[in-house]
Amino acid sequence: MAKQSALRKSPSAGSTEKQTAEGVLSVIRGLGAKGDKGLDRLIHERMRLGIVSALAINESLTFGDLKEILETTDGNLSVHARKLEEAEYIKCIKYFDGRVPKTEFRLTPTGQQALERYLNHMETLAKAMKS
Amino acid sequence: MFDNASAPANSTKAPDLQIRAINNLHYIRSTMERAGSFTAVPGWGNVGIGAVALLAAGLAARQADHLSWLLVWLGAATLAFPIGLTTMHRKARTINLSLVSGVGRKFMLSLCPPMLAGIPLTLVFYRFGAVESLPGLWLLLYGTGIVTAGAFSIRIIPIMGLSFMLLGCLAFIVPLSWGDILMALGFGGLHLVFGTIIARRYGG
Repeated sequence: MAKQSALRKSPSAGSTEKQTAEGVLSVIRGLGAKGDKGLDRLIHERMRLGIVSALAINESLTFGDLKEILETTDGNLSVHARKLEEAEYIKCIKYFDGRVPKTEFRLTPTGQQALERYLNHMETLAKAMKS
Repeated sequence: MFDNASAPANSTKAPDLQIRAINNLHYIRSTMERAGSFTAVPGWGNVGIGAVALLAAGLAARQADHLSWLLVWLGAATLAFPIGLTTMHRKARTINLSLVSGVGRKFMLSLCPPMLAGIPLTLVFYRFGAVESLPGLWLLLYGTGIVTAGAFSIRIIPIMGLSFMLLGCLAFIVPLSWGDILMALGFGGLHLVFGTIIARRYGG
């Protein structure tokens, strides 16, 4: 009897799992279908996502600030910041503080929108698991 | 047939994507916490502490001996501490900021050591009969804590700390009998002024 109920339970658990998975996949398909551009690969990369997230809550951050926040190297930060700058997600301002050259970054409206879109995508995916 | 074959692969792929989505959201949140300023400094809490300090200054000035003078100020500190902590905790909760992680942790770890250092130093000063120098010591240590913690907060906080430090230095220069006036100006006046500014400009 116990064996029978276990047998009955097992397919239903499997179908629930399958339903959840299908729900998530339909959400992923839907992300690209509602006029959205789909998942933004440019900020999907960890370092670039970090740069955009840090700049989202600060008017501007220097190269040094970002390096400290993201705990990364000069080279790595430069490469990823340049990619974001090329996509016009961030703006790079170079100036001299006395004799010391400084680099400052700011998030552009395009970058802000990209982060909001990305957050929406991630939240939709995360919620699909709960439902 | 094709659907059946692809189903198991999809079942494992979808939860992976969800876990990655949740991880990414956590990463965005933690990065923002690290990059942000600690904005849970309680303006109204500072006003409350200022009011307690003004009352204590009035009461302490009437004490005849050092021990009762010291007890008045220790009583005021015991009363002010929970006011500051409770109002900070409440403000942090309303803006969804933690006091034990991220920038909140950095703020607290910078604020507390100079204040804790004040406990043994107070005992030493009392033991060696230098009670009249305590206002300078307290103002200087409190200001130091506020300045260092202010590095992780809004710009007005280090300015507030520097004002305390200046008053502390002044307390060592002026006649020792001015101690209660400087304590009233510092722990009373500065808390009231900066507390009101913080409450009005930075949401309570």
